[in-house]
Amino acid sequence: MNENQYPIEIAWTDLEAIVGSDNIWPACSRDMVDNLQPEKVIAPADAHEIAKVLQYCSSADLAIIPRGGGTKLGWGNRPQKANLILSTERLNRVMEHAWGDMTATVEAGCTIASLQQELKEHGQRLAADPLWPDRTTVGGLLATADNGTLRLRYGGIRDLVLGVEVALPDGNVIKAGGKVVKNVAGYDLTKLVIGSLGTLGVITRATFRLHPIPAATATYCTLLSNTSEATQIVLAILDSQLVYTGLQVRADNPHQISVDVRFEGILESLQDQAAKLNKVAGGAPFVQGSSEVWKARQELFSHAEHSVMCKCSVLPAQIGMLCEAIFSRAQSAAVSSIVVAQATGVAEVRLNAARVLSAVEVLNGLRAELGHLDGTLVIQQCPPAVKEALDVWGAVKDALPLMQQIKGKFDPARTLNPGRFVGAI
Amino acid sequence: MDSHLISEFRSIVGDAGLVTAPEQLRTYECDGLTLFRVVPELVLLPASSEEMQAIVKICYRERIPFVARGSGTGLSGGALPVKAGVVIGVSRMNRILDIDVPNARVVVEPGVTNSAVTAAVSGSGYFYAPDPSSQIVCTVAGNVAENSGGAHCFKYGVTTTYILGLEVVLSDGSLVHLGASTMDYPGYDLVGAFVGSEGTFGIVTKITLRIIKKAECIQTLMAAFNSSSEAGGAVSSIIASGMFPAAMEIMDRLALEAAEAAVHASYPDCQALLLVELDGSTREVELLMEQVGPICTSCGAWELRLAKSEAERIAVWKGRKAAFAAVGRISPNYLVQDGVIPRTALPRVLGEIDRLSAEAGLRVANVFHAGDGNLHPLVLYDRRIEGQEQRAMTLAEEILRLCVEAGGSITGEHGIGEEKKHFMPVMFSAADLDAMQRLRTAFDPYDLCNPTKMFPGTDFQYQRPIAYEPHPIEVAGLAQRY
Ligand SMILES: Cc1cc2nc3c(=O)[nH]c(=O)nc-3n(C[C@H](O)[C@H](O)[C@H](O)COP(=O)(O)OP(=O)(O)OC[C@H]3O[C@@H](n4cnc5c(N)ncnc54)[C@H](O)[C@@H]3O)c2cc1C
Repeated sequence: MNENQYPIEIAWTDLEAIVGSDNIWPACSRDMVDNLQPEKVIAPADAHEIAKVLQYCSSADLAIIPRGGGTKLGWGNRPQKANLILSTERLNRVMEHAWGDMTATVEAGCTIASLQQELKEHGQRLAADPLWPDRTTVGGLLATADNGTLRLRYGGIRDLVLGVEVALPDGNVIKAGGKVVKNVAGYDLTKLVIGSLGTLGVITRATFRLHPIPAATATYCTLLSNTSEATQIVLAILDSQLVYTGLQVRADNPHQISVDVRFEGILESLQDQAAKLNKVAGGAPFVQGSSEVWKARQELFSHAEHSVMCKCSVLPAQIGMLCEAIFSRAQSAAVSSIVVAQATGVAEVRLNAARVLSAVEVLNGLRAELGHLDGTLVIQQCPPAVKEALDVWGAVKDALPLMQQIKGKFDPARTLNPGRFVGAI
Repeated sequence: MDSHLISEFRSIVGDAGLVTAPEQLRTYECDGLTLFRVVPELVLLPASSEEMQAIVKICYRERIPFVARGSGTGLSGGALPVKAGVVIGVSRMNRILDIDVPNARVVVEPGVTNSAVTAAVSGSGYFYAPDPSSQIVCTVAGNVAENSGGAHCFKYGVTTTYILGLEVVLSDGSLVHLGASTMDYPGYDLVGAFVGSEGTFGIVTKITLRIIKKAECIQTLMAAFNSSSEAGGAVSSIIASGMFPAAMEIMDRLALEAAEAAVHASYPDCQALLLVELDGSTREVELLMEQVGPICTSCGAWELRLAKSEAERIAVWKGRKAAFAAVGRISPNYLVQDGVIPRTALPRVLGEIDRLSAEAGLRVANVFHAGDGNLHPLVLYDRRIEGQEQRAMTLAEEILRLCVEAGGSITGEHGIGEEKKHFMPVMFSAADLDAMQRLRTAFDPYDLCNPTKMFPGTDFQYQRPIAYEPHPIEVAGLAQRY
């Protein structure tokens, strides 16, 4: 429906009737998404109000951008349309911390930091270290499936969520999964919505599986002069029986590469692990480092408004090769680059380019090169001009039609984040 | 089935890939849930992805429903043939295609067995973590379809954690690649959605999975208690102390009796036995194990035994695995369920099960993954006694309801299949089920892939839980279930 048939004012009044007039207000420039100015911000009280808003907007042909902390609104392609920002700010409670069961149920608008704070009272944590924990909400974390350095040991966010509640564009609120750590009843819709960038429904609540906070933590680092040596060390540690909870490679040039290892557990065992680490690593001496190195990923993303941030995914044994490819392509395009790679093979890269075209050249070249390795490159954050030059997700092989089918089944009117996800879903 | 169609199928899979003889078809009439039986019209055993695509295209054209089958060890009727349909077995697609130890990746065809994966990488010190006790026989494709677990998934997670990429033939015969060998393939997590879909989304023809390194040290402690509730309390205390054991299992008196009768594991003579396994670095395991004992004692354990050698440790597990099937030695018939509850509800739910069992006048043996809260209550009865089977079924259903009321699930690893589909509305609302159906129709718009399973109202009649009969592989002593 367009405005001729349906005066937009009527829609605002109708939406006011759902959420109350205090909970819908005009959007301002800070609410822009990729230079697109939404008209209103709406903040429903609960899952049912969200579902009603979605249903209404579906039938009124209004597009919705769900928003948690707003830290990753720039991720994805530029939305094709954005009438409303739907904020989850009023859904911010930790509903339950069943510490005896090591699970917690949290509303989508709760930030990761406040969740962790609450869990800490019983010596537990969500074993995830995503970006911007102070502002990132549970909903935003799930929608983007942002994974940090703990993933190597504890699995990704997909492995830590036991169940979700989701408001769907058809007006229903559904639950998927549950509160127990083992559950194979029905399809795993939880996995489907995690990482779906809010294109299928709005996550309103999640239940997490938790872990104990380790008694002690220790970090060890070594500096190497070439990428293949760094790869060798990473592979040797992966192939060892060391119980690391982090293994990371950092570099901004091909001749100075840091490898960081983190151990967590009881103090006595950490000392034992440190001694063994130096045997496993062969020649490269690891020295005790600061836990600050685990913030490298966050630092990469901070104050990066003018940079291009991308995620490259390769096999662990290809990390060195990836670094070489990045540095050589960046150098020849006069672009500076920093890489922070986890031993899972997922590397985050920051490119600082004076000209958009140079960045695009590097990205296109890298993407093609990774394609030959079964690897992928996804742009996470970048100036709008970069998005005009390329698709941030890259081509999705033969599974795209299936993804489009799924989108069509859950959000046929394309109310949610239209165009932002793969294949402009 | 039409003879032209049969020759068309034959021209694709050859004689070796076609089963038509009635007595051979009977082999495929059921899975591990032996009381549901449907003789298929035809069984096809393709030898490659191309053959798979070609036969599925014919099924699509003719709108013939098909059911994929691994080794047929499923316990919920997932591989049960459907009327007027064909069964497509993956037993001839059983090659390990690639082993990449440095990257901890293995690529297999669907018919490779679970333990063949571990066998292929154990020389390098690795293993494939999900360990269903049917692992010698069941296939990786079956594991993917059921999202199978095992005793060690408390710490290590179930199948879905280990699957990175899938090659799938969809119901129209098209071939799609979900995920990749690298992580974070862009788009919806279709691997995550596919795992656990019980054969209703398509047929898996290739699987890329992740293996992990064996721990430096593994120790197993047995603790004897006067009741399962006390043992359950110890499980909670161990967790509250901040430890994360690799496995925590409880066997009650009846299960212990059965295990003893079968394998003479020489367990302590007690009302409930708790097994706690720790793994990790030697130093850490040794230090933590020193704490586990006193925790158990403070919760009422009156005897502690640490397996002294690797051989002894293996014997402890053997008894544990035997317990389930061995119940056949102390009762002519039994039903098995695999409900899950939040761990803290263990003492209360176990008490309730005792009460229900007394009310029904039937014994219930309990062997369970206590760390996960995954119960395996075995309802013992004698079919020859008028009315007992009916009472046993009612009791089994009441136990599942208890699990749901306690905030749990009706199945932790065996799946819904044909068996529990009428129970789905107890756990899920109409809207929840509708959302699942949408996903299903996105994959399989014509309802050809293992139709009639998993959802209530998709079949002829209301089905009730069915008495357990030993699976042929159990009888053969190849596996025990737990
Ligand atoms: C003695 C015994 C012990 C057991 N112990 C455990 C245990 O500890 N933990 C546990 O989780 N389970 C256990 N099980 C259950 C069973 O072994 C698992 O569910 C197993 O994963 C089934 O594998 P299968 O190859 O036998 O599959 P099947 O029984 O042949 O099929 C299972 C499902 O998978 C589907 N399927 C098969 N192949 C494909 C394919 N290529 N593509 C798509 N779908 C396919 C079928 O349609 C069916 O729905 C046990 C069973 C027995 C008999």
